[in-house]
Amino acid sequence: MSNWDRFLDSFFNLKVAAEYLPKIIEGFWLTVLLALCIVVTGLVAGLLLAVLRSFGIRVLNWLIIFAVDLFRALPPLVLITLLFFGLPAAGFSLTGFASTWLALSLVLMAFAEEIFWAGITAVPKGQWEAARSTGLTFLQTLRMVVLPQALRMTIPPLTNRTIAITKGTALASVVAVQEILGAAQAGVSFSFNPTPLTLGALAYLVLFVPVVLLGRWIETRFAWKR
Amino acid sequence: MPEPIIRAQGVHKHFGPLHVLKGVDLEVAERELVFIIGPSGSGKSTLLRCLNRLEEPSSGSIHVDGIDMLDRRTDINKARQRIGMVFQSFNLYPHMTALGNVLLALRKVQKLPREQAERRAWAALQRVHLSDRADHYPGQLSGGQQQRVAIARAIALEPRVMLFDEPTSALDPELVGGVLAVMRELREDGMTMVVVSHEMGFAKAAADRVVFMADGMILEQGPPDAIFGNPQHERTRAFIRQIDRH
Repeated sequence: MSNWDRFLDSFFNLKVAAEYLPKIIEGFWLTVLLALCIVVTGLVAGLLLAVLRSFGIRVLNWLIIFAVDLFRALPPLVLITLLFFGLPAAGFSLTGFASTWLALSLVLMAFAEEIFWAGITAVPKGQWEAARSTGLTFLQTLRMVVLPQALRMTIPPLTNRTIAITKGTALASVVAVQEILGAAQAGVSFSFNPTPLTLGALAYLVLFVPVVLLGRWIETRFAWKR
Repeated sequence: MPEPIIRAQGVHKHFGPLHVLKGVDLEVAERELVFIIGPSGSGKSTLLRCLNRLEEPSSGSIHVDGIDMLDRRTDINKARQRIGMVFQSFNLYPHMTALGNVLLALRKVQKLPREQAERRAWAALQRVHLSDRADHYPGQLSGGQQQRVAIARAIALEPRVMLFDEPTSALDPELVGGVLAVMRELREDGMTMVVVSHEMGFAKAAADRVVFMADGMILEQGPPDAIFGNPQHERTRAFIRQIDRH
């Protein structure tokens, strides 16, 4: 067997591929579900924190900044393992899926909060003053005048960050979630052949290339027309 | 003399260690046009912004149209609808059309039904001669047009008083005329106006009274002829000489 044949047999073994493809497809959908859950909770929580921060309540803002810095500093894998292996000791256990969902949501929340907050503070003070001078309340001003402008500015950095963090779903394989990487690794150990990993990589491309393209499209779509 | 529509008494404002307003008294009668002039940093904009409580005075009292503006029980958002304000930097909402800018408070604050709100908004745009630009975004309008939309946004709420904070300072010279013309029409319709501005020609032609401020105090006030022609205070004389040179 030549090197080339050995290479093909290792990474593109059709028999192995056919056998483990269904598992990888299951993993694919699990990854999609996990990623969607993280994106929704992470972005909503991040926006909520940024809005809370805009009320300017000092003690609350210290807490927010502390939480945000904490979750930006901790490696996501550390968070996932802490939640998965650490919580049961406190009499409280989460599934691997839930641990990953919670951990990556917290990380995305932290980064999203900073991005939303930067957007809110980048809206000129005059916008607040003009709106308030016509009798709009603080919340009306935030919702109808400031946030629409802030969100528009935040779309490019937010898209990048969201993609980066949802790729972290692969970390769920460490806590036995059969998402793409988990399913692929299981396939490798059963078949003694790395081909399932090739399938896994392809599955990630199928999932994330469209997301990256969508991000690009959103960025141009929402660029300011001044 | 009838009750003044604006009455500010003993207004002080501190920004940290800075004492920006040092006990200012200002009364404005209904239908009066009062011009506030003075060197930069004299507190004129701060005074104007205290009148609708965009700036919280440190002490003193402010009544507008019979409402105690500094009373905690006053619904400030309701009170502010009686006081239109126009800013140096226009501050139009860039994500809304001219019409949308004017409509927002009509719909969300005054809660008018859409049809009635749109009628009022169109009428306001007509008064500033921009009804043909209703569907333009601020970025598609000249500075002068933007400022006129900002005036429409304020007058659509049918305020009792209009405050102008250097409304023409950010405009190219050739665009100033259109804004001043709109302001003059407002004046002719009987609007009470307080204007912080250095447009001396407009002050001479249209103001009932000119107030000169320096160092957070009103040093001198009177009819434009008196203030520009025969200022009593040395600071006023120096300031007017400087302005005339430009």
